[in-house]
Amino acid sequence: MTATTGRVAGGPLGPKPSLRRKTSRGSLLADRAATVVLWGTGVFVLALLGAIIVHFAAAAWGVVSPSFVLSDPSDTGLGGIGPLLWNSIYMLALTMLIAIPVGILGGIYMSEYAGENPITSAIRFAEESISSVPSIVVGLFGLILFVDNFKWGFTVLGGALALTLFNLPLMTRLSEQALRAVPQEERTASLALGATKWQTIRHVVLPLAIPGLITGVILTAGRVFGEAAVLLFTAGLGTPPHYDFTNFKTFSLTDTNTAWWHSSPWSPLRPGTTLSVYIYKLQSEGLGVYVNQIVDGCAAILISMVLIFNLGARLLGRILTRRLTAA
Amino acid sequence: MPATAIYSEPVLRRVEVTAPRVEVARPSAAEATATETGEIKIATEHVSISYGERVAVRDVSLNVQARSILALIGPSGSGKSTFLRCFNRMNDLIPGASVQGEVRLDGENVMDPDVSVVELRRRVGMVFQRPNPFPMSIYENVAYGPRRRGQNDKRKLDELVETSLKRAALWDEVKDDLRRKSGLALSGGQQQRLCIARVLATDPEVILMDEPASALDPVSTLRIEELMRELREAYTIVIVTHNMQQAARVSDVTAFFTMAEDRAGYLVEVGPTGRIFTRPNERLTEDYISGRFG
Repeated sequence: MTATTGRVAGGPLGPKPSLRRKTSRGSLLADRAATVVLWGTGVFVLALLGAIIVHFAAAAWGVVSPSFVLSDPSDTGLGGIGPLLWNSIYMLALTMLIAIPVGILGGIYMSEYAGENPITSAIRFAEESISSVPSIVVGLFGLILFVDNFKWGFTVLGGALALTLFNLPLMTRLSEQALRAVPQEERTASLALGATKWQTIRHVVLPLAIPGLITGVILTAGRVFGEAAVLLFTAGLGTPPHYDFTNFKTFSLTDTNTAWWHSSPWSPLRPGTTLSVYIYKLQSEGLGVYVNQIVDGCAAILISMVLIFNLGARLLGRILTRRLTAA
Repeated sequence: MPATAIYSEPVLRRVEVTAPRVEVARPSAAEATATETGEIKIATEHVSISYGERVAVRDVSLNVQARSILALIGPSGSGKSTFLRCFNRMNDLIPGASVQGEVRLDGENVMDPDVSVVELRRRVGMVFQRPNPFPMSIYENVAYGPRRRGQNDKRKLDELVETSLKRAALWDEVKDDLRRKSGLALSGGQQQRLCIARVLATDPEVILMDEPASALDPVSTLRIEELMRELREAYTIVIVTHNMQQAARVSDVTAFFTMAEDRAGYLVEVGPTGRIFTRPNERLTEDYISGRFG
């Protein structure tokens, strides 16, 4: 950079000023300015992430400990967040179990089969619209449908389905974009070798789209981890009971006593307050002495979980790419 | 090159450029050559290809002899590549493309709706202008076609990969890191030979090459051309090329395409390469090969 600007005024190039006059002062300045602004933006974003992490790491220092992560909440002491963390993970797993396969299949359809016509543009418009519906509205919809109409009450399943509703369009859209980004010539090469369309998708297009698909999964998962509004009305915000991980009773059609599957962490048909919802709850109504410490601890755990998940997903993506393109 | 021994003179005909075509009674290209000794691998009859309203190729009839190399030459936009792609029905992939006429492979019309394009493309392989190996190991690139046909026997695959790479004159250069090295890590010329090996592994009868050397340096080009001469012993090859020296060097038969005033490509003449380049029947051909246009 500096070398270029330094030479403009009078360089060692000899008496051929026309060559140098082409890069005017203005465009050089614009070039520098662009570099500075773009660099600055990048640094700013990184610094922001760093600041958030540092802030909560500092705030949670002394709060987060193995016992905080694993034990049950307490009304009087610091307690822990074990069941809430479990609910967040369980909610994420349940949502992704539906959203990933359906989203990717939908993306395959939209990218490889549907083509361009008024119907598919309508689908794309709908996908983008649903993704931008305020999540509190999606929560209300879940409340009406799952909680009231289906008479499920507050359940993890209801929450997961509402989240799926909210995230599936995004997942589908991102999958479609990831698949579309695979160069057409890869498909042509495969088809010209006598592979069928599905073989081409399965063995060439999907493996090459994995990095993009992983990005979709990460963005969707981040929204699940962080979402509170959708879950307030669907999975509930009560403080969870003690979970007995040896209790595999999930639900029963004959015994309507819900108590014993409500204490089973494996049951999808029980209320399930997640970490994000718990933060909201504590921050808005918590009166205990330790509220601030618990909230800071929750935030730190939440951030760590998101980071761990993102890194894990990238790693998995790399392994998948290697395996899919190798066999 | 004993070009004339392989090729029999087809019926030459002028194609009216502007006036609506009037079908003149004349023997078809297939009839004209079927009586000759050579075995006809591919015969096209009145093939026209259009993209929507635009006619890209108009009424081409020609024959390709088995185990020979046919070069399609002509200026850009004369429909050579489009015509080539109807041999393995790659035009099916282009929305709005339609093909009229017949393309017969060993007497069977490949345009029939009940022809399986998957089977067709296994018999008629294709090498593209830009080398396009998959981002997989060299081994997996070659094994791709056989695997998709259900060949999973490791020993047979190993064997197939080796023979295909040997035939494509690439084996010695890559045999030590077949599985470790990505197809994309090879040089351009090696990549193109890998693509040829990949096609050979599907055991085709015909290989279509769409300007296979246009993205390569002269040395790699020469290697591809040598390879083509060797492959000609066992395969029927149709090559599209912009490089007239290349057509003259490798092909047995040359077909010259140009475009009409409505930009539709058509076949001007086809004949033994030696004759096309020395005594073409058509003025247009002569102008083109002597560099007066195109």
